[in-house]
Amino acid sequence: MSGTTGGAVGAGSASGTSGASGADWPLWEVFVRPRRGLAHTHAGSLHAPDAELALRNARDLFTRRGEGVSLWVVPAAAIAASSPDERDPFFAPAADKPYRHPTFYEVPDGVRHL
Amino acid sequence: MPVTDDPATTAALARFERAVAAETRIEPRDEMPDAYRATLVRQIAQHAHSEIIGMQPEANWITRAPSLRRKAILIAKVQDEAGHGLYLYGAAETLGVGRAELLDKLHTGRQKYSSIFNYPTLTWADVGAIGWLVDGAAITNQVPLCRCSYGPYARAMVRICKEESFHQRQGYELLHTLARGTAEQRAMAQDAVDRWWWPSLMMFGPPDGDSPRTERSVAWRIKRHTNDELRQRFVDICVPQAASLGLTLPDPALRFDEARGHWEFGAIDWDEFRAVLRGEGPCNEERLAQRRRAHEEGAWVREAAAAYAAKRGGRGGGEGEEVAA
Repeated sequence: MSGTTGGAVGAGSASGTSGASGADWPLWEVFVRPRRGLAHTHAGSLHAPDAELALRNARDLFTRRGEGVSLWVVPAAAIAASSPDERDPFFAPAADKPYRHPTFYEVPDGVRHL
Repeated sequence: MPVTDDPATTAALARFERAVAAETRIEPRDEMPDAYRATLVRQIAQHAHSEIIGMQPEANWITRAPSLRRKAILIAKVQDEAGHGLYLYGAAETLGVGRAELLDKLHTGRQKYSSIFNYPTLTWADVGAIGWLVDGAAITNQVPLCRCSYGPYARAMVRICKEESFHQRQGYELLHTLARGTAEQRAMAQDAVDRWWWPSLMMFGPPDGDSPRTERSVAWRIKRHTNDELRQRFVDICVPQAASLGLTLPDPALRFDEARGHWEFGAIDWDEFRAVLRGEGPCNEERLAQRRRAHEEGAWVREAAAAYAAKRGGRGGGEGEEVAA
């Protein structure tokens, strides 16, 4: 069994290592806003030497068919992430508080707009 | 995966197997068996390599496309193949391998690409046959991969499958146009189908009895169907499509089996498949040599862009230290 300890979204630990083909350009995570009114969502990653080329590459790679009206590129190494473990105690405080959900409460029959 | 008595490892493995069985997606930083990771790296890398090597046989016809419309379509398609390669390299990299390392393995023959791209594109009709048959076979293979247990691979496949349907339809339309053209054009379309049909069937891989890794990949929900199941599905789809084109498939044994509800087809020449896999196909050397040349000739661009980024300083990614040094 092994888990990757690299970048926040997984890639990155091995990128930049030298092979016969030389070092990779830095890795960027790409976020696309599909249309105005929606939030940017993660689309994937790419390599680029700087932010300007990362944006241009992201346009060519992720919006060839009008999939977006706005792009963010973020250096993968700049993302901090929680542990991937689903049993992570980090999220435990949320698990035992069902009273935070409206379905926890019983309401008499016939009561409306509640 | 090595046999171990370590309770933490055993527990982690049990969690992994439960997650896979429950159709929960495995994400990059999750613990996973080493063999699962290795299988995915090999499969995704081979898939990525196939996409970028696959640009070559079609790019061969860009300068000779018969109309501006066809040329624009072909350029867009070849660009898509590059994009598909990049989505897949990105997915492979989430498993802890580097891009340069993957390309190096392709260039030195340590990782493979689909053997279909070792066949030549002799006429313009081959562009149509590739779109219809090769991309059609790829779609048949890839649609189930959209539900692969590994999240980044499944997400890349969703994107790819959406784009592949344009590839297949433009190929079918191209062949349909030729098939309704002059006798010469029609003969050209038939010849292309004759040459691409059998290699397309080989794209699904060896028969189930001869595919040692299938069972484990199915258990891990990487594959959803066996090679033979997908091959049969593809044949069943293609036979009526060929009829609509007014072209024949080069297999005298093709016949509909009423009892099974499937098209029976003749024996595949697996000796040819293995020979191409060994590097003895018509274009193996040419494809790899062209890939290496493209990579080497692009070196100055990569270096110049990195030098420019370093000179401007500080705007690179967080991993840019080695570039800035």
